[in-house]
Amino acid sequence: MGAYLGKGTIELNNAPSILSYASAVGPKEGQGPLANYFDYIGEESTLGESDSWEKAEVILQKSAFRAALEKGKLAETDISFIFAGDLLNQCTCSSYGIRDFDIPFIGLFGACSTMAEGLGLASVFVESGVAQNAAAMTSSHFCSAERQFRLPLNYGGQRTPTSQWTATAAGCAVVAPRKDPPYIKAVTFGKVTDMGVKDVNNMGGAMAGAAWETIGAHLANTKQSIYDFDMILTGDLGMVGSGLLIDLFKRDRIDIANIHADCGMMLFKNKEQDTHAGASGCGCSASVLCSVILKRITEGKLKNVLFVATGALMSPTMIQQGESIPAVAHAVHIGG
Amino acid sequence: MKITNNEYNKMLKAASPKTELHKTLPKAFIFGGLICVIGEAFLHLYMNYGASKETAAMLTSITLIGLAAILTGFKVYDKLAKHAGAGTIVPITGFANAVVAPALEFKTEGFILGVGAKMFVIAGPVIVYGIAASVLYGLIYYIMGTVVA
Repeated sequence: MGAYLGKGTIELNNAPSILSYASAVGPKEGQGPLANYFDYIGEESTLGESDSWEKAEVILQKSAFRAALEKGKLAETDISFIFAGDLLNQCTCSSYGIRDFDIPFIGLFGACSTMAEGLGLASVFVESGVAQNAAAMTSSHFCSAERQFRLPLNYGGQRTPTSQWTATAAGCAVVAPRKDPPYIKAVTFGKVTDMGVKDVNNMGGAMAGAAWETIGAHLANTKQSIYDFDMILTGDLGMVGSGLLIDLFKRDRIDIANIHADCGMMLFKNKEQDTHAGASGCGCSASVLCSVILKRITEGKLKNVLFVATGALMSPTMIQQGESIPAVAHAVHIGG
Repeated sequence: MKITNNEYNKMLKAASPKTELHKTLPKAFIFGGLICVIGEAFLHLYMNYGASKETAAMLTSITLIGLAAILTGFKVYDKLAKHAGAGTIVPITGFANAVVAPALEFKTEGFILGVGAKMFVIAGPVIVYGIAASVLYGLIYYIMGTVVA
């Protein structure tokens, strides 16, 4: 059984396994540095015959989910619960992605932190014994996110240097009782952290504070040091947020520069692919985790990874009302 | 170590790259100027064909709006605007782009609730305050005219 260590941290004594994982991405991500690790790469942003961006994102989720089932040699009926979410209102792409499957669905919204949130919850469900296999899945699509949160695609606006590129990607991980690595050892659910940032084009900047809080809380509650990990993998802080996170830890006299990596900095060749400050979106951390990272843990190349997905809980309505951007980060300790 | 929002935002400002004005301003000037030159060329062309200056000016506006709408449809305008910035937003072509882009984007929601309802989502405020300003200007013009007379 899991043990509550206080302030959001749950230690999973049985350490459930990630039985299977898969990722599905769009064409731009498929041209990025991680291309060889993805299970499915769409040739076009429409991902086949979909006639809307939302439907394209639904296809991404279905592809990731089917691939995860296949890789784990699992049937639909083997999954007790699925925790899924995305960026769109009403968690559109998750509910439409899952409606064809006969699986109890728990919809989540944690913006770009959803993968860690879902993985954490799925692990706790398995650890407690109420679920045999539980899946965690998220997605995002550049075009569906742009039209909901920003401007139409063909509008001639300029992106600022701090803006991040929403990934067209999905990732799915299936958690099962302890068997083979990767293992989920502990989870910290973060609190909503608002640093008073109002710039909607600087999400990484708005989220770095939440990552710093959650990492700090996880280390304090588990009585671990940052050096007990060989990688602190933040969700999608991008260039600005990553730099700021390193500065925040420097202020605490902790140097994380050498062990910190960020999914938002790994998905694209930022300069060449013109993403500005890196990648973002639920699908960013989900696809990076459910490809290269989990593969490396399985192979034993990474031993202890603290996966900290960060989410800017930005509401366009509240921003227009003059509010700042709250953020949240959840941490999952994945070990080999 | 606790941090105040003020301190945090100072650190964030230092960590955030700024727009490179020495690159963006000249590009906006050149692209914006180029659109105006194209407009002038059309104006002279129409006048050469015998249009009065007023009619030629109207035809020039229609031509530029039409071209911008077509270029938006072919997904070219936003690519130009990536470099041109205000150079493509400020001229009348930017207005055309601001109407056509949402019309295209929201056609998936149908012609009434999509295209019709969302077409002016960006240009709407410009139209509202443009009309309000012109009414105000008209009133001032009328009052001034009456007083002077």
